[in-house]
Amino acid sequence: MYVVIAGGGKVGWNLARELIDKGHEVTLIEQTRRRYLTIEEELEHAVQYGDATEMWVLERAGVQRAELVVAVTGDDEDNILICQMAREKYDIGRTIARVNNPRNRELFDLLGVAPVVSATDLILRLIEHEVPSFGLVHLLDLHAERLEIVEVEVTPSAPAAGLRVADVAMPEGSLIISILRKGAGFVPKGDTVIEAGDEVLIVLDPGLEEGITTLFAVEA
Amino acid sequence: MFVLIVGAGRVGAAVAHSMLAQGHEVSVLDDDPLSHERLDAGLSTSWEEAGGRFTVGQAIEIEALREAGIEDADVFIASTRGDNTNLVIAQVAQKRFAVHTVVARVMDAARATWYAEQGVRTICPTLQAISMFESAIAEVA
Repeated sequence: MYVVIAGGGKVGWNLARELIDKGHEVTLIEQTRRRYLTIEEELEHAVQYGDATEMWVLERAGVQRAELVVAVTGDDEDNILICQMAREKYDIGRTIARVNNPRNRELFDLLGVAPVVSATDLILRLIEHEVPSFGLVHLLDLHAERLEIVEVEVTPSAPAAGLRVADVAMPEGSLIISILRKGAGFVPKGDTVIEAGDEVLIVLDPGLEEGITTLFAVEA
Repeated sequence: MFVLIVGAGRVGAAVAHSMLAQGHEVSVLDDDPLSHERLDAGLSTSWEEAGGRFTVGQAIEIEALREAGIEDADVFIASTRGDNTNLVIAQVAQKRFAVHTVVARVMDAARATWYAEQGVRTICPTLQAISMFESAIAEVA
């Protein structure tokens, strides 16, 4: 596979090295002269000097024949534009962008740049996995597929306790798939009544956790 | 009209002054608090006393754009020193906030041309300079 990587920081350089070791062809683009010279000592012709947001630099790197473009510079606006041009101008089907500031994530979504990787978000998610808050536990997390499965224990004062499954106002994009009660699990029907103490398994789109918590895990 | 200008450099500040003088509502966003001085320069009062707004914030953060009033803007001028910032926020103003008139300054001629073809209105001082040089030469040639 031919991969163009924009940004020769820690992420870009290590990524280039790993991909080359795996037998892929890589061009890394770095815009700081000194950094470029350092990397060139190791990667030689696999690194090029220039600003990867400029079209002629991308074209010199052979972006047209790339199967994957990875934008991992330290500037979110640069990463957005590199991926946008790769997709829309050079027709590259696969791009990966790094989000430096999680507050900018919305911009990537808005301009159709996906998938994205954010170190801060990844670590935050790990923290959430390790320290389940509000009684909600992540069982499965497929980020690319935008799918999560969580388990939540129904508290006595939760709005859902005592309701039939069909009557629970589940957030759009979520579904109850299983109930664990007294050590046994079963797939509920619409008229199954949810009881306090039940462990409910829910499949949901990422970001709906809070809505689930307010339905199932409210402390008195 | 409500004009939001992002980037109070020489160009942004000058456009801000002339828009305010024409009686428009003008809000300026810049990440450098000191750029306020450029807005005060040449006015008998301060920029705010003259009726202008000034917000300190990062251009690419949507919260900062909101604070500067993007939701009410009729005109959005992207004139920060970064081409990439200008191109990103111009698209945000168009796609997310549906601002009526959006113009971005882009120094790189290639990107200015391509993004113009994609529907982003760009102003490219480099292309302007090239054509002015060419006509100056044509006069003597």
